[in-house]
Amino acid sequence: MQINVNGEKKECPTGSSLSKLLESLDIDKRYVAVELNHKIVPRIQFSEKRLQENDSLEIVTFVGGG
Amino acid sequence: MEDTVLKLGKYEFNSRLFVGTGKYQTFDIMKEALEASGAEVITVAVRRANIGGKPGESLLDYIDKDKYTILPNTAGCYSADEAVRTALLAREMGISDLIKLEVLGDRNTLLPDPVGTLKATETLVKEGFTVLVYTSDDPIIAKRLEDAGATSVMPAGAPIGSGQGILNPNNIRIILETLSVPIIVDAGVGTASDVTVAMELGCEGVLLNTGIAQAKDPVKMARAMKLACESGRLAYLSGRIPKKLYANASSPEKDF
Repeated sequence: MQINVNGEKKECPTGSSLSKLLESLDIDKRYVAVELNHKIVPRIQFSEKRLQENDSLEIVTFVGGG
Repeated sequence: MEDTVLKLGKYEFNSRLFVGTGKYQTFDIMKEALEASGAEVITVAVRRANIGGKPGESLLDYIDKDKYTILPNTAGCYSADEAVRTALLAREMGISDLIKLEVLGDRNTLLPDPVGTLKATETLVKEGFTVLVYTSDDPIIAKRLEDAGATSVMPAGAPIGSGQGILNPNNIRIILETLSVPIIVDAGVGTASDVTVAMELGCEGVLLNTGIAQAKDPVKMARAMKLACESGRLAYLSGRIPKKLYANASSPEKDF
């Protein structure tokens, strides 16, 4: 199925969990926060949260800044 | 001379120099500069994670989280809503409830939008954040931000990254006299003496990034900033002599 991640279209297996998606994108789960369809997903729900067709995800992390 | 700790909400710090993590050439130089600065609070920004590329090194791998308190910022936000969203995402990272709130008004000056800043401060205080808010050196909006519940009000000495120092010490003095929350000069610092000026005025701290990160030798400059901060603080606590128009001899009158 197709989902949208940080403004890019991505393919992911139907029913995939958020955790699995982060792994497949090589994203370090320790240092991210995720919005699913504009709603924050608490970190403890990453493994149980199932993704659906056309979901829109925003995945952010900390970078250098002042 | 004995100094008190700097209290920001439930947090207490011995170092009064807050430093950013942006614009360093390498993470290694950054790490060394942070160390040399003696800072206990370091700022970071929130941005989209890199997807699909090679997993790069994380900034946080270079930061000892037992040693430093992470202060996420809302840099790059041009509305209250955007800043609140960024703050909520930053907190979800599970590292701290501190937020350096910036709501910018204009891309050239990077000066704050006072209306958006006030609105976002009110919301984030309600959400339980410890809000350290970046503002201009206008004493009136500074007071409004304090009234809205900001833990610290952080006036810019000069525009972000401009290195111009404390352009209007008079406004900073009025802010110091009018507000009771800790005042931290945030932005505009170019060199060590700028930090000293801010601390001598009675500010509780200084936050800077570019002045260290873009110096030719960031590690040396970080140490200079540390000493300048301590020096200015000591001078403030010592109580300087008043400025006078005429001379006042240091040696007794000649009597032979």
